[in-house]
Amino acid sequence: MKKIISPAELETFRTGILGKRDPNKTGLVTSVGTCGLSCGAGDVAEAIEQNLYDRGLSESVYFLATGCHGFCQIEPVIILYPEGIVYKNVSLEDIPEIISETVINHRIIDRLLYTDYVTGRKIIHEQDLPFYNKQKRLLLDNNRLIDPKSINDYIAVGGYSALAKILLSMKPEEVIDEIKRSGLRGRGGGGFPTGLKWESCRRAPSFDGVRYVICNADEGDPGAYMDRSLLEGNPHSVIEGMIIGAFAVGSQKGYVYVRHEYPLAVENLTVALEQAREYGLLGENILGSGFDFDIKISRGGGAFVCGESTALMASLEGGIGEPRAKHVHTVVSGLHQRPTNLNNVETWANVPLILNKGADWYTKIGTTSSKGTKIFSLVGKVNNTGLVEVPMGITLREIIYDIGGGIPGGRKFKAVQTGGPSGGVIPDNLIDLPVDFDRLVEVGSMMGSGGMIIMDDTTCMVDLARYFVKFLTQESCGKCVPCREGLDRMLDILNDITEGKGRQGDIELLEELGEIIKDTSLCALGSTAPNPVLSTIKYFREEYEDHIKSKRCPAGVCKALITFSIDEEKCTGCGVCIKTCPQMAITGEKKKPHSIDQEKCIACGLCRDVCKFDAVIVS
Amino acid sequence: MVELTIDGVKISVPEGKTVLEAARENGIVIPTLCYEPGLSPYGACRVCIVEVIKGGSSSLEASCTLPVSEGQVIVTNSDRVKKARSVVIELLLASCPNSKTLQDLAASMGVNRVRFRIKDKGCILCGLCVRYCREQMQSGGIGFIGRGTSRRVATAFGETPKECRNCFGCEWICPVCERACLAGRLTNGVCGMCFNPTPVETCPVCIHCSESVGSSGHRVYW
Repeated sequence: MKKIISPAELETFRTGILGKRDPNKTGLVTSVGTCGLSCGAGDVAEAIEQNLYDRGLSESVYFLATGCHGFCQIEPVIILYPEGIVYKNVSLEDIPEIISETVINHRIIDRLLYTDYVTGRKIIHEQDLPFYNKQKRLLLDNNRLIDPKSINDYIAVGGYSALAKILLSMKPEEVIDEIKRSGLRGRGGGGFPTGLKWESCRRAPSFDGVRYVICNADEGDPGAYMDRSLLEGNPHSVIEGMIIGAFAVGSQKGYVYVRHEYPLAVENLTVALEQAREYGLLGENILGSGFDFDIKISRGGGAFVCGESTALMASLEGGIGEPRAKHVHTVVSGLHQRPTNLNNVETWANVPLILNKGADWYTKIGTTSSKGTKIFSLVGKVNNTGLVEVPMGITLREIIYDIGGGIPGGRKFKAVQTGGPSGGVIPDNLIDLPVDFDRLVEVGSMMGSGGMIIMDDTTCMVDLARYFVKFLTQESCGKCVPCREGLDRMLDILNDITEGKGRQGDIELLEELGEIIKDTSLCALGSTAPNPVLSTIKYFREEYEDHIKSKRCPAGVCKALITFSIDEEKCTGCGVCIKTCPQMAITGEKKKPHSIDQEKCIACGLCRDVCKFDAVIVS
Repeated sequence: MVELTIDGVKISVPEGKTVLEAARENGIVIPTLCYEPGLSPYGACRVCIVEVIKGGSSSLEASCTLPVSEGQVIVTNSDRVKKARSVVIELLLASCPNSKTLQDLAASMGVNRVRFRIKDKGCILCGLCVRYCREQMQSGGIGFIGRGTSRRVATAFGETPKECRNCFGCEWICPVCERACLAGRLTNGVCGMCFNPTPVETCPVCIHCSESVGSSGHRVYW
C-alpha cells in the first residue's frame, strides 16, 4: 500500500472502497469481542466461514467478524444483512441450518429469535430490538460494520475524514475551540471539560517543546468493559481521536496505556496502528500536512490505581504505579515532566465524531451540563445485559426497564450501583433520576467510567459495600495512611457486621471514618473509596441496623445471619436438594417433606437454587 | 516572594517553598511523620494535613507537598484538621502500636484510645528509609513492593542488596525504629547488614535499635 499523501487522495481512496462494495449483498455478521469469544463465538465464526466455503457461497455471501455490538446477553449472535435478521445464542449445530434455511431459502428460524421480556413477542429484525431502540449509538454503532483488523472498513464508514478535515482547513486553536463548544466532558469518571484540558496542555510551557497525549485504557471497574469493546471493535476511532488531539495540543508522541488483561484489545490496536502507519495516517508527515505523530502501546500490570492520571504516568515512566499530589496538574507537568494530555478511550472516540458533525450538532444531545452520549455497561440483576449507549439525561427507569427489560423473575428493583467501586448506590425511589455527571454526584454517586450494576431484593447492601471495600483495599496503592489503613479497618467493621459481630456504634464509626478517608486521602481513589459505604448507609441504614441489632440479613445473603429451612407444605420430597447439598445436611424420605440439619448447614444456598418448588425458606 | 496567611499570620516566603516549610520557618508547628528536610516530600502519612480555605469552601491538603501560592489562606489547627489528624493517628497506632514516636504524637494530640482493630505490622510505610537510601546515599537498596495492605519495604528478590553500604541510615531515620530488616527471611537467618546478627526473638522486625524489646516493651496507652 502506497502512503496516502493528501486529504483529497483519502477521499478518492474511500470512494474506491465504497465503489467495490454492494450494500445489498447478503452477509453474515458475528461479533467476536472478548465477551463473544467467551460464549463460543470464535468457533461459530470459524464454522460459518467453513460452511460458506463448503457450499461455494464464499463469493456471493460476505462474512464479517466484528467486535462486540453491545448486546452480550444474546451472544454468540449472528446478524444477516441486508435485512438485519438477528439470531441469538447460536450454537455450532445451528449454523448449517441458518445457511440453508435463511441465507439460501430466506426462511426465518423461529427458535433462534429473540423474545421480548415485556411483550413476549418474537423479534426478527435488529432495528426492532427494544434493547437497541432507546439507545443512541453514536460510538458503538460502527462496531457492527467494521472488522477491527481492517482499516478499509473504518475508512468505508467515513473514518479519518475528521482528521483530513482538520489537517486541511483548521488551526489547532480552532480544533480546541470546537471541542470546547461541544461541551465534551471526560468519560473516565471525573467529567473534566476536554476542551479546557487541551487548551491548558497547549498553553503549558514545555522546556524542550515536547508534549504527550495519552489514552487511558486502564479500565478496572468490576463489571465495566465499554473501553475494551471500543478498543477491540473500533480501534481506529480512538487512534483518529488521538491524532486530532495531538494536532490540537501540539504533541508528536502518544501512548495508549492499556491493561494487560485486555489481550484482544492490544492485538487489534497493534494491527490498527500498523495499518494507520502504512497508510500514512500515523507517523511522519500525516496526509502530507507536515504534522508528525506516532503512538506506542504500553501495557499496565493490571493495577486498578494506575487508572489515576499521576499513577498511570508513574507506571508509564517505569516506576511504581502510585499517585502523587496533584498540586501541579499533569497538563502542566505530567509524563517525564512535560505537559501531558490524558483522556479516556471513550472521550477520544467522541472527538472525530464532534469534528465531523460539528459542535452544534453535538450540543443538541444530552443535558445542559453534560453533552453527548455515554456508554454504560448494564450488568447485574437485569434481563438484558450488555453495553448501552444512551444520551445524557435519560432516566434510570428507561435504562433499566425499557432497555434492560426489567428485573429477572419479576423481582423488585432495589438499587443501582453506578461508577464502580468509587461510585455509590442509588435506591429505587430515585429511579426517575436523569443520568448525567452532576445529578449522579448530587445523590452521592458518580458517573465513573460507566459501570451500572442493577440489584434486586436479594442483594444485601452491607455485603455489597463489603465487596467494594474489599476490592479497594487490595487495589489501593498503599501509599497514604487513610486509604491503606482506613479502608482496611472499614473492611474489618463491615466483615464483623456481616458475620453477626456488629456492635452498637459501628455505623457511626463507619460514617466518621468514611468522611476522614474522603477528606485526607492523597488521590481520587482514596477520596471516593468510602462512597459505596456512605451511600449504602445513607439510603439503607435500616438494613445495617437489622444486621447489628437484630442479627438479621433481610436480603438473605450474609451467611452467618441466615438459616435455611424447608417449607413442609411446598416440599414434594423430590430429593434434588439431598443430592445437591455438599454437606449432606438434608435428610428425608422420598415423597415426604425433607429437613435441614442446622448443625451441618453452611448456608451455601445451593438447595434454594435447585428447588423447583420454592420450598427452601431463608430466614 | 509569595505572600500567604497561615493561622491568621501574614507571612512571605520565596516561591517554590511548601506550606510546611513556610510554617516552620515562621515558628508555626505542624506535626509530621514522613517528612524530613533533605528528602523529597512524599505525602504519605497525612499527619501534616492543613485546611486550605478557598472562598466559601475549604479542603484538607498535606502541607508537606502543597506549594505556597499568592494569597493562600491556611489554617493548621482548625477543628476539622484536628479531628482528621487524630483519626489518622488512630489508624497509624492500629497498625504500629509499639512505636514510641507514634504514641508520643498521639498523646500530644489528646488521642487516648484506638477504636480500630490492632494489627501490628511494625512499619507505617512512611517511605523515609526508602527515600533516604535512594536520595541521600544514592543507593536504592530498599524499595516498596506489593500494593494495598500487602505493601511493604523490602530488598529486591528478598536478597541482601549489593547497593547497600551498611550505612544504617534506614534505621536511623525510621520514625518507628523498626526498619523492615530481612532477618529470618534469608536462608541463613541473618540479613548481613546489621552489627549484631543475633535476631531478638520477641521483635520480628528490628534487631538493632536500642528500644527493640519487642511487642511488650513500649508502653501502650489504652
